[in-house]
Amino acid sequence: MSRPFTPKVITANALLQGDVIYLSESGIWVRALHEAALIFDAARAEALLTEAQKDGMVVGAYLTDAAEGKHGPEPTHFREEFRRTGPSNYPHGKQETGARANV
Amino acid sequence: MYKYNDFDESFVRNRVAQFSAQVARRIDGSLSEEEFRPLRLMNGLYLQLHAYMLRVAIPYGTLNPDQMDQLAHIAETYDRGYGHFTTRQNIQYNWPKLPDVPAILSDLADVEMHAIQTSGNTIRNVTADHFAGAAADEVADPRPVAELIRQWSTDHPEFQFLPRKFKVAVTGAAADRAVVRAHDIGLVLKRQDGVLGAEIIVGGGLGRTPMVGKTLKEFVTFDDLLPYLEATVSVWNLLGRRDNKYKARIKITVHEHGIDDIRARVEDRFAAIKPTFGGVDMEMLREIEGHFVPPIFADKPVDAYTRAYEADPVFRAWADTNLAAHKAEGYAIVTVSLKKPGQTPGDATAEQMRALAQIARDYAHDELRISHEQNVILPHVHKSNLPALHAALKAFDLASANVGLVSDIIACPGMDYCALATARSIPVAQGIATRFEELKLEHDIGALKIKISGCINACGHHHVGHIGILGLDRAGVENYQITLGGDGTEDMVIGDRTGPGFAYDEIVPAIERILLSYLDLRDGPEETFLATYRRLGLAPFKAALYPAKEEKANAA
Repeated sequence: MSRPFTPKVITANALLQGDVIYLSESGIWVRALHEAALIFDAARAEALLTEAQKDGMVVGAYLTDAAEGKHGPEPTHFREEFRRTGPSNYPHGKQETGARANV
Repeated sequence: MYKYNDFDESFVRNRVAQFSAQVARRIDGSLSEEEFRPLRLMNGLYLQLHAYMLRVAIPYGTLNPDQMDQLAHIAETYDRGYGHFTTRQNIQYNWPKLPDVPAILSDLADVEMHAIQTSGNTIRNVTADHFAGAAADEVADPRPVAELIRQWSTDHPEFQFLPRKFKVAVTGAAADRAVVRAHDIGLVLKRQDGVLGAEIIVGGGLGRTPMVGKTLKEFVTFDDLLPYLEATVSVWNLLGRRDNKYKARIKITVHEHGIDDIRARVEDRFAAIKPTFGGVDMEMLREIEGHFVPPIFADKPVDAYTRAYEADPVFRAWADTNLAAHKAEGYAIVTVSLKKPGQTPGDATAEQMRALAQIARDYAHDELRISHEQNVILPHVHKSNLPALHAALKAFDLASANVGLVSDIIACPGMDYCALATARSIPVAQGIATRFEELKLEHDIGALKIKISGCINACGHHHVGHIGILGLDRAGVENYQITLGGDGTEDMVIGDRTGPGFAYDEIVPAIERILLSYLDLRDGPEETFLATYRRLGLAPFKAALYPAKEEKANAA
């Protein structure tokens, strides 16, 4: 028996900047995880991922688990927590742009 | 140091032009990511967690001040104002943007540098003893041989699609400061009956299957060295496992076939290819050797040094830890620590890089080195200049007196940057260094090498740390395994795992328990941590690490 589907978001890195991006409900790539589309359906997730992987301006699109939070999707694994925040040794990355601060 | 000739210059410029066109074709959509990825990796450009990362080679760790200035310029112009020096004598920029990379490579070419073969299944940047050309115990300067290997391996047509990456390190001294036994090929330069040659060690490596390199041949004269290396890589290129990337490195090939079988194959191949070299390799080596003439060492008194040493305790503490014996009378080798407690190991700001360049011009015969231990070396400093040099370092926060001590930690970028990482390394290093700074125990503990990797690939050399720390993902939580008793020198030993790992907030206290028990257990202040571990073994440290369990076992 296959495992039940857990909610997911589609994430990737932007081709030019290299930074972390997420696919939103409107199909636009956004910089903040809480603005991403949380997908509850396996077939829809696969279909959206296939489309995302065809986008030439993004690199390495994949599905990752996320939980429904007060202001939008939240990470369930520490790797995704670091990706949405930035490194812990300097205040660089998303934590300085505010993409993380709105959560 | 080596100066590019017309061939080197046009090769590097052509590569910049070629890669610039590839970047443009990727951006306009003519190249897919699948097509572009191997091309960018051939030029040192990775895509990491938060951004691209450009890995620039510092061949055998040698830099001149103009090159250091240019690294600072790149950090400021295209990145976040700093660079990260790595365990393979590279510098990594953590925040470049794809459209800027061609300009960065062009700026590097302006100072005879590049990022070629810093990734991919090729022969990587050749590393060397960071005290090369200066160490008192040196038989020969390893850099001419390392440069010869760099030229031979760069764009070598037979070796662009190897089974896996291939790393070479060279040392010219019996005391191994280049971890040659943890490389695919390690060379130890030797003199026999007045003739220079090298011991060839093969099949060392860390990663998921750590192995100590084995001697392939005790002594190969320089005349035979390059054909012998080519024969070795060539044998592995055909024999190495391409079906399983975890079994592709030459250490596995040597392990599976046995060193005697590999040696016989290499000897056969060597006999076949040696005549094709025709002596051109030795002509090139002689020409390269001309670039590595030692500076003219001054013969002058060292009174200024002696006075400062006696009068200034801060200078004395720094001199006691950060200086090493130089081959020339009145000179010292200076290690500039990039490990100020709380700092990211191996990081230098653009301002610090420029300061180091100027200090090298003022006091160190225009030479700088980067060590695999992520520090900067000024190899030739007359002792009379040390007080002024120390003052200049202090002004740029570069005067930490901790080389070879508990806070002089090697740490890979870990999950703060690296896409392969399974846990963070940098904050663990920061936590340990800061904690022992608070405890004021660093000098009491004495010689100690802590090495931290954020994944099993072991860029942080944790297997050969006196204390090694490996960060893993255990059921979605960062978990750190400890190994003890590792040694990366000529007596290389892989450390022993202590037992179950520790959570992120438990790892610094765990290291503290190990070191406090060492202070109790040692025979006296002169017995180092490693010597104590070798005398007593794992048991007393295990008892300190896992106290509750030991008590339970005793009660049972």
